[in-house]
Amino acid sequence: MNAAKTTSKDFLLAVEGLTVSFDGFKAVDDLSFYLDPKEIRVIIGPNGAGKTTVLDLICGKTKATSGSIKFAGKELTRLKEHQIVHSGVGRKFQTPSVFEDLTVFENLEVSYPQGHSVMGALAFKRDAAVIEAVEAVADTIFLSDALDQPAALLSHGQKQWLEIGMLLIQKPDLLMLDEPVAGMSVAERQKTAELLRRITKDHTVLVIEHDMQFVGDIADRVTVMHQGKVLSEGSIEHVKSDPKVIEVYLGH
Amino acid sequence: MKSSSPLKWFASREGLYYLALALLLVVILPLALDPFRLNMVGKYLTYAFVAIGLVMCWGKAGILSLGQGVFFGLGGYCMAMFLKLEASTPEATAIQSTPGIPDFMDWNQLTALPWFWEPFHSLSFTLIAIIAVPVILAFVIGFAMFTRRVGGVYFAIITQAIAAILTILIIGQQGYTGGVNGITDLKTLAGWDIRTDAAKTTLYFVCVGMLFLCLFAARFVQNRKLGRILVAMNAQENRVRFSGYDVAAFKIFVFCLAAAFAGIGGALFTLIVGFMSPSFIGIVASIEMVIFCALGGRLSILGAVYGALLVNAAKSGFSESFPELWPFAMGALFIGVVLAFPNGLAGLYQSYVMPLEERLFKRKPKTEAAAPAPQKPVEKKDEGRDYDPMLDQYSPEKS
Repeated sequence: MNAAKTTSKDFLLAVEGLTVSFDGFKAVDDLSFYLDPKEIRVIIGPNGAGKTTVLDLICGKTKATSGSIKFAGKELTRLKEHQIVHSGVGRKFQTPSVFEDLTVFENLEVSYPQGHSVMGALAFKRDAAVIEAVEAVADTIFLSDALDQPAALLSHGQKQWLEIGMLLIQKPDLLMLDEPVAGMSVAERQKTAELLRRITKDHTVLVIEHDMQFVGDIADRVTVMHQGKVLSEGSIEHVKSDPKVIEVYLGH
Repeated sequence: MKSSSPLKWFASREGLYYLALALLLVVILPLALDPFRLNMVGKYLTYAFVAIGLVMCWGKAGILSLGQGVFFGLGGYCMAMFLKLEASTPEATAIQSTPGIPDFMDWNQLTALPWFWEPFHSLSFTLIAIIAVPVILAFVIGFAMFTRRVGGVYFAIITQAIAAILTILIIGQQGYTGGVNGITDLKTLAGWDIRTDAAKTTLYFVCVGMLFLCLFAARFVQNRKLGRILVAMNAQENRVRFSGYDVAAFKIFVFCLAAAFAGIGGALFTLIVGFMSPSFIGIVASIEMVIFCALGGRLSILGAVYGALLVNAAKSGFSESFPELWPFAMGALFIGVVLAFPNGLAGLYQSYVMPLEERLFKRKPKTEAAAPAPQKPVEKKDEGRDYDPMLDQYSPEKS
């Protein structure tokens, strides 16, 4: 598939023949897909299709058995997690993982892309540029008023936003979000959709989501995964009318 | 606010805590105690170095080491080797079959000084080794464990095994190490007799001075971004990793820092107590060190000092009257801390004494609160959990 495209070098992310096997079980099986710069791609699929594993593989949490992941021409499969982050890949986890013992400000400050080495973190100064960046991101994620609060006191939705903010401040080229609206109220969901639409202007985004309404709202293209493989790929309309997708995922 | 002027800092609440400790250690205890007791306090304080390291390593970063005695012992043995060589002049050891080597080597039929003892003729080498040897070992252990993502209980067990190995090694290699008796009969440090009362009092003050240096070093680290990363790593290691940090490097750093503190404490222990033996570095000693830290409050570097002082004072008190009961008392203490007040004395202080202080302090900072008005109400919303110099968790540091 996508045979014509493999020759082109303009993709931001090119995943080819990616396979990972856990004790013989292939969670991701010879998977290939390609992201254009500034594209918003949503991955959908039934439980156990390997969606989260794909994100794990890209960000280095899980090591691939075979295949390649090229990001802006750089092979990611051999890099360590923090090196992948420095190449420009940001990852948000499914359950909000923020630093509960730190304030919102400190959460964002820790994520600021400076002073990442031990000595750098020792020498790091909270200068005007840092404060400005933190405040700008806090404004984007609706948390300007909560900067001095410990993150533990935030609501579930706010924690999700904070984690998205922690990615934004890293200024990644590729944002990967795992179910960003899971467990959110309707109002929070709408706000999140608005937030994502705003941030996707400057980023390439790879999202895993189940909420088809939300998927339709934000996706440029949709990849449907099933049993570790790509079942279908294309626009939301194309995917929705694909009989294979209806069979295994959407239902009749 | 904190860094603007050191004078202002001493008037802040956190500064007052440090002043109170300084007052206790520099003025009250030396005046109240005779040289013998003061020397004992000095010995307790050498354990406080280890406890401060454990606060950084275990309390902040969540790395529980049950082998801090190893680093304490290495620092102590480095010091003891230097002192022993100085005490083993050919004249003083003329009756030995090989004069000029430490007495225990002679008893074990050694006829020449082992190669690794040679550099300890030099005081400057010794002073470097006191920190470098523990740090190098901590680096090797940390590198081997943390880059392989060994953590939690497994790490604790491995550190405990290392404490056991080192003890067995020292006891087994009697000719090189002094065996189970340790290195004894130490006399002078660069010609200065360390056995007199005056010397012991001087050493006590040196110990207090070094302790404050280590306290400030620990405080510096915990107030930098590095300190926040350690706390963050404790709860959300993956998030730190995927925020672009090499988690293993930070763990190695804090483990080495704790080892350096322990090494300094060990060297001072040798000077103050006058000998070094394997019983101070093994598994039991290492676990006791964790208890000092836990009782003081594993999130508070000042609490660690009080923890080390109190547990050791209780140990001496108990052992003088009921020697066989101490292990039970200590066990009960540990269970009590874990069940009743997991944040130790610092936690108790925070929840019972601080509210009282809060009332006293409320009048004073009004002048200060006038300027940055918008932030103050948020801070006061949840007392105790918020700005809290003992734990130094959410201190809103403004540059």
